[in-house]
Amino acid sequence: MFSRNSKEKGIESVLFVISTLTVAILFLICLFLFRDGLLLFKETSLLDFLTGKFWYPTSVNEQFGLVPLFLGSLLVTVGAILFSVPLGVASAIYISEIAHPKVADFLKPFIEILAGVPSVVYGFFGLVVLVPLMQETFNLPTGQTALTGSIMLGIMALPTIVTISEDAISSVPGTLRQGSLALGATRWQTIYKVIIPAAISGISAAVMLGVGRAIGETMVVLMVTGNAAIIPSFPGGFLDPVRTMTATIALEMGEVPQGSDHFHALFAVGSVLFIITFLVNLVADSIKKKYRFKVS
Amino acid sequence: MGLSPKTSEKIAFSLLILATLTVTGFVLIILAYIILNGYGAISIEFLTQMPNRMMTAGGIYPAIVGTIALITGSMLVALPVGIMAAIYLNEYAGESRTTWLIEMAINNLAGTPSVVFGLFGLALFVKYFGFGPSILSASLTLALLILPVIIRATEEALLTVPNEYRESSLALGVSKWQTIRYAVLPAAIPGVVTGSVLSIGRVAGETAPILFTGAVYFLPRMPDSIYSQFMALPYHLFVLSTAGTNVSETRPIQYGTALVLLIIVLGLNLVAVLIRRHYRNKLKI
Repeated sequence: MFSRNSKEKGIESVLFVISTLTVAILFLICLFLFRDGLLLFKETSLLDFLTGKFWYPTSVNEQFGLVPLFLGSLLVTVGAILFSVPLGVASAIYISEIAHPKVADFLKPFIEILAGVPSVVYGFFGLVVLVPLMQETFNLPTGQTALTGSIMLGIMALPTIVTISEDAISSVPGTLRQGSLALGATRWQTIYKVIIPAAISGISAAVMLGVGRAIGETMVVLMVTGNAAIIPSFPGGFLDPVRTMTATIALEMGEVPQGSDHFHALFAVGSVLFIITFLVNLVADSIKKKYRFKVS
Repeated sequence: MGLSPKTSEKIAFSLLILATLTVTGFVLIILAYIILNGYGAISIEFLTQMPNRMMTAGGIYPAIVGTIALITGSMLVALPVGIMAAIYLNEYAGESRTTWLIEMAINNLAGTPSVVFGLFGLALFVKYFGFGPSILSASLTLALLILPVIIRATEEALLTVPNEYRESSLALGVSKWQTIRYAVLPAAIPGVVTGSVLSIGRVAGETAPILFTGAVYFLPRMPDSIYSQFMALPYHLFVLSTAGTNVSETRPIQYGTALVLLIIVLGLNLVAVLIRRHYRNKLKI
């Protein structure tokens, strides 16, 4: 009996240790990113990095200013969200409230499968189809623009937004729906006055996760946004090439000598990216918690 | 608004349908475009030969082998770790600070950009552990990336196993671990398989994490150990279409590579959806 008990205890301890590996990994990511990132600030001050307007990593007077890259990421992400949130939420409403159950049963996995398409394939499609199309439509010197990136990123973020909004909408209790219809409201009035307000925190969580996905996405923006590290204007900058934080890391890391300032600067950019997505996830998580509480 | 409720409902519903059609339209256009352009390039030779004449001819065999090596390597690490972590979280962990910390870590790992995993893999596996740019470094990096996916999928699968399974086993005097091992886990297998299949798709398609951890554009010979560098399908497509020696001449090969990648990834996702659908209601008592 004793040995059985100690065997049970042993197994539980092993499983516990393995599950704490996740915390260790997160800790190590912080440690290794920040360690190499912080070395940059021996040469450049933190303020210069955060407010610097120029990213000239290879010139004689090397400058590592985050602003153009940060604004590049922001512009592309905002564009993607403006495009994908209305479309995604509308589709989610259609699938969960209006579509025939059989149609919904087909559409849901169809959109989930879309979530699996590798980003490099989206990037490739953007490069061979959307880039030439943009160039012709807007008569531009190059079709590799922020807007091109926004559209492709928006398409990529759609499955996340549709699937999670759909979950939020279908978890609204049926009694709310029936109560509203019984009072003589039309289905549409029920949807936008009762269902959507009830599901709004779930929908916001979906939007936040979409934002997180768009900010962190690398290959698509790398392939279709032209990668010019200049501060974009607004809103005209949508038709100019931009450079995001992710694309900068992907583009330059392969060529920098390890241990150089440039190397550390790229880790510093990675640290900023990590902190931003960390915060976005935290917000999404706390919204989701609130909404779980509400429905139960 | 001066519209009657009935008319505004009609307009609103039409717009919602239009939005859904647009979303599905994007999917269909992208898939159709890649399939129509890629399928002419695919042949037995394309799948089984080395690249030729500066990549403008020949096949993508080494890239397929590299992708399979990455899938095997990362699943060998992430699958056991992920399943065991999920068992702890769902079957043992109570509400405590530690549990909260673990859940928070998993959520944040799931949201961390893949290029950040790439940087981390470079700093930890390539440099600090000295594995160099290699199949080993890249597989470990990808394993970290899919760990949260596997944990979440397994946790969800364990949650759907009715408590009656646990209670009746425990009531027979079976120990907790044996209950999990022989009563709970077998019932959760379909969910675990679904999650694993989705992660395989993810590994096959990721590019950013392998950029600095060992992927190369061209290999003169096949990799012969886990310390070799490797070619991989997504990286191959990326380099051919952006920085290759001759972007327009290698176009057919790009389409072919994109299609092979798409077939692998979407095929796996489809399998996952079908497994889930097949087992969805089997556990009800």
